[in-house]
Amino acid sequence: MDLNVVSQSGGCASSGCGSSADRLSHLPEAIRAKVDNHPCFSEDAHHHYARMHVAVAPACNIQCHYCNRKYDCSNESRPGVVSELLTPDRAVKKVIAVAANIPQMTVLGIAGPGDPLANPERTLETFRQLSEKAPDIRLCVSTNGLALPEVVDEICKHNIEHVTITINCVDPDVGAKIYPWIFWNNRRVKGRKAAEILIAQQQKGLEMLVERGVLVKVNSVLIPGVNDEHLKEVSRAVKAKGAFLHNVMPLIAEPEHGTFYGLMGQRGPSNEELQTLQDACAGDMAMMRHCRQCRADAVGMLGEDRGHEFTLDKIETMEIDYEAAMARRAEIHAEIEANRTAQRQQTGEAFVSLSSLKRGLKTKAAEPRPVLMAVATTGGGVINQHFGHAREFLVYEASVNDVRFVGARKVDLYCSGGDTCGDAETTLQKIIRTLKDCEAVLCSKIGYEPWSQLEEAGITPNGEHAMEPIEEAIAAVYQEMVASGQLEQAGAEPQRLTA
Amino acid sequence: MAFKIVEGCVNCWACEPLCPSQAIFEAKPHFMIDAKKCTECEGEYADAQCASICPIEGVILDGLGVPVNPPGSLTGIPPERLAAARAEIQAR
Repeated sequence: MDLNVVSQSGGCASSGCGSSADRLSHLPEAIRAKVDNHPCFSEDAHHHYARMHVAVAPACNIQCHYCNRKYDCSNESRPGVVSELLTPDRAVKKVIAVAANIPQMTVLGIAGPGDPLANPERTLETFRQLSEKAPDIRLCVSTNGLALPEVVDEICKHNIEHVTITINCVDPDVGAKIYPWIFWNNRRVKGRKAAEILIAQQQKGLEMLVERGVLVKVNSVLIPGVNDEHLKEVSRAVKAKGAFLHNVMPLIAEPEHGTFYGLMGQRGPSNEELQTLQDACAGDMAMMRHCRQCRADAVGMLGEDRGHEFTLDKIETMEIDYEAAMARRAEIHAEIEANRTAQRQQTGEAFVSLSSLKRGLKTKAAEPRPVLMAVATTGGGVINQHFGHAREFLVYEASVNDVRFVGARKVDLYCSGGDTCGDAETTLQKIIRTLKDCEAVLCSKIGYEPWSQLEEAGITPNGEHAMEPIEEAIAAVYQEMVASGQLEQAGAEPQRLTA
Repeated sequence: MAFKIVEGCVNCWACEPLCPSQAIFEAKPHFMIDAKKCTECEGEYADAQCASICPIEGVILDGLGVPVNPPGSLTGIPPERLAAARAEIQAR
């Protein structure tokens, strides 16, 4: 239990040290063991392990205003979008091929492109085969919950340890603004009545899963003006029923997606709005902040997609000896774990020195203010990416108490389709706007041009911590900022003068 | 009388397992309904099953050739709003 030792001595509240930023450290050991290498359930794990989704479930039994079943674009990354639909047999073949070639892949999820439980046979057949052929892969499924109560026992049979339910509301009046219809008991049901049925099924499914010891994460889409305030109530309600993690995601709505919200001008939330709401819910519930809202056929580390390496024609020609692959996977997982343990140790020490900053202060008012910093990384929990190559930045908040993960921000705005997909703003200007509330950006290297533009925008580029663990590096930069005096709060001035 | 699936179907499979007459089959470029088998769910269900779960407006026609789910009926997007947005996007 070295994690406890670190947290007692250093006041470690970092995601990298037993995850109290994820707030998973309160969970019993058995549950922690289930999420420790799951990139979608553990923020720390997502630096080290990969996931994949197989698109075996095309049918859906409800309509959401943020979803459009017609759209398919290879440049686009968002849930509900896929390039090719797979049969269960082909899906299993693809999973085996990916697991052998990307040994960090620990988790297989079925997330669509429709609802995996709307006609569950294809989903369950995929799980049945995989639990036999690839027992070292964790299986999970996500659903809108409408058909969940009827298949809970089937799900448990196939050894599925994690289920994600998308719950956007617990009030049917809010639901009527999100779901135009559901298919229920052989009829299309619309309006408030539809939302009422859906909500009842979701809550019942959640209870049944918790009773059976399955870990449940709840996803919610934050829709400004529709369910933003209401999500605090959702968070409390699902926690009370035993969900262990809440993932509030921003609405993605552009006219070109062809969704109701996109076409009707419903806006998505700003980074600040998302973070504020996540913070408000965090009092009641463990919050997930590292979700990348990936496609229903995504392959690789969160935020990356290597699906093109594993298309049907490519996997057909791959011969895989899974016994051998499993042995190699186990070796690589052991290396990753050794590496994680070493990083936790280092980061723990960095936090001990952070908390010593606090001990030197006489009053609370004299505390240096917290600072947001952005990081460019390709994974492994270290700062290892060139600024110009980053498609996303991880944002952390440093304070005298800890370094806390706040969220991932994409900088290519879900689409790399070129001039047709946006305004004339340059990529660099967009990045600067995305990171405008950050005061430093840590990367392995950075060119002269972005360096000076970032500085002009008040964001200090920093390439001095290449290959160092993220949180340790941020703690070090924060300490330098404190030492230079630039973080003294206005309120602290008079006290310093009179002291 | 029989229902018909027309261009625009996204091949999502939702309708296929619901058909009480097994009249729906996978085909290229989209799913089809066997007119000889389709009963329009007469005597089986109050509403035709395929048209009750289909998420795409206008792609299932009834025996008279009329869309069971006309534009705007499923998504709630007024057809004129959709047309305006399409024109705006294409003009970029």
